[in-house]
Amino acid sequence: MRYFVIIKVAFRALRRNKMRTILTMLGIIIGVGAVIAMVGIGNGAKAQVQARIAALGQNVIQVFAGNINRGGVRSGYGGAGTLTIEDALAMEREVPGVSAVSPEVRSGAQVMAGNNNWSTSVMGESVDYLTIRQWDLDDGVMFSDTDVRAAAKVCILGKTVADNLFPDEDPIGKVIRIRNVPMKVLGVLKPKGASMYGSDQDDVIIVPYTTCMKRFAGVTMLRSILAQAGSADQINDVQDGITNLLRQRHRIQAGHDDDFMIRNQQEIAETQTAAMDTMTALLAGVAIISLIVGGIGIMNIMLVSVTERTREIGIRMAVGARGRDILLQFLIEAVALSSTGGALGIMSGIIGAQLITFFQHWPTLISPDSIVLAFAFSAAVGIFFGFYPARKASQLDPIDALRYE
Amino acid sequence: MQTVIRLQDIHKIYHTGEVDVHAVRGVSLEITQGEFVALMGASGSGKSTMMNIIGCLDRPSRGSYLLDGVDVSQLNRDELADIRNQKIGFVFQGFNLLARTSALENVELPMLYTRQRLGGQSQRERALNALDAVGLADRSDHKPNQLSGGQQQRVAIARALSNDPALLLADEPTGNLDTRTSVEIMGVFQKLNDQGMTIVMVTHELDIAQYTKRMVVMRDGKVVSDSAVAKRLAADTELQRLQEEQKAVQLAD
Repeated sequence: MRYFVIIKVAFRALRRNKMRTILTMLGIIIGVGAVIAMVGIGNGAKAQVQARIAALGQNVIQVFAGNINRGGVRSGYGGAGTLTIEDALAMEREVPGVSAVSPEVRSGAQVMAGNNNWSTSVMGESVDYLTIRQWDLDDGVMFSDTDVRAAAKVCILGKTVADNLFPDEDPIGKVIRIRNVPMKVLGVLKPKGASMYGSDQDDVIIVPYTTCMKRFAGVTMLRSILAQAGSADQINDVQDGITNLLRQRHRIQAGHDDDFMIRNQQEIAETQTAAMDTMTALLAGVAIISLIVGGIGIMNIMLVSVTERTREIGIRMAVGARGRDILLQFLIEAVALSSTGGALGIMSGIIGAQLITFFQHWPTLISPDSIVLAFAFSAAVGIFFGFYPARKASQLDPIDALRYE
Repeated sequence: MQTVIRLQDIHKIYHTGEVDVHAVRGVSLEITQGEFVALMGASGSGKSTMMNIIGCLDRPSRGSYLLDGVDVSQLNRDELADIRNQKIGFVFQGFNLLARTSALENVELPMLYTRQRLGGQSQRERALNALDAVGLADRSDHKPNQLSGGQQQRVAIARALSNDPALLLADEPTGNLDTRTSVEIMGVFQKLNDQGMTIVMVTHELDIAQYTKRMVVMRDGKVVSDSAVAKRLAADTELQRLQEEQKAVQLAD
């Protein structure tokens, strides 16, 4: 029997019971729609996280000073003060593959400019900081190595700080006061938005790390060191190199723990996307269960259909249909049912995802993979759940089937 | 003349429940091409079982059956389906047309299951020819529910003819029809038989059997009589007689 004839017959049979067909398909529509929308939400969240991790910079390795245990009271990371400027300089000099290094010191401060004041964090960094973090200036220039060496009183403003201190003026060349120290504004950064932890990355003032150490934080040790590997595949080697260098420099015996903590961007990304993958898998799992429920609906209705059309099956067998022909007819009918439902489900899933983005402002990302997969899965559901009823039909005895009332 | 059906010592035993039912007990029968046979008998006589065996819907428990030169008594389900498709045209009491499907598509149905496929065009032509042979060429796009009982049975006959079978097998073809339409249908059968078609018809109505050429009567699973029809009726003259009778009734009113 020609395939297009079977397909035609299948769709005719489905049209005959419109209401029943629609209700049966609804199970698949909801299932596939849920898969598409849920995976879309999961992928959207993942893409957002990845974008935020990329905003950290490229091939970035962060080294934090270790914690310290003083009479049972443990400080957090950075508390031990184990990282020195010399460590940072040695890193840049001795570890192969390191393309840039920025020693980091942090301090919080109340900042004033004219009649405005603002509480923000002051970050001491090197000249390479903006390169490492792939952060561009909106206006002005970055401070120079000379400024760093001289602990010059210069700064770069984040967008949020610039907007709050200088609502109506151009901040370049103006002087702000940080803890009463006058600092000249050299540049303003482009906005970077919220970090992956939700904090505003633009609410920051960047100064030479020497300036920060001497004038604001009053420390001689570094909080952390930011290093950049020349390329992504060098990251692990560079990380190992830095670890070895620092252990050597800090005279840590074999078998003892590091007095610093080192993390690279890949690790951060992996942890974060792993969490997102788990979420996507959970959502998809729930959606697949509803797809299976839809499949059971198809099986149910196909069994009813086989019983109802027993006489038709008898007629077809009497005029020469083989069991296989009958099997194929009902199987194709089930697949037509489920894949039509699948196609409608894909449409409703895409619309649903867009509605979620529109009303909830959650990012969604519909990947072609998930569409192909959902469609294939819905067709497979039709085959799987349609097989038993179709087989039952194909094994009917023509005499009994013809006599069936 | 070529032998179309050769049954030799056919037995059929149903193993249902505790008691085996011996429905057919040794039937031997030979039907040659161009015959028009009425298979008669009361219910329980085994004629339906014989009909199923002759129609290749069922296999005999014992005995051999040659249909158009092919031994079909040992074939499997699929092979029997192909034999039904190629060599047998069925006409049923309840017409058994596919509902909501046009007459033409109903007639095309057996061709859909033919292994050597025809093109869509020649398939259509053959279906139209078959409809023409039963006088329904102008109703090809009508659905069964738009046709009278007699017309539906004609479509069923056209369907039976569409694959050019060796044998036309009719099971109580007039059972659901009134007298006049029954005679019309018998007229169709007689015409086909005149053109050389072999027809076997199962019936329990003696007056319908009068239109055939040979009567085989069964009782208790055996053939008890097999004879040529003595006073054969011609459908054409019977129709005329019926019309005249009707006129006479109208005049009397």
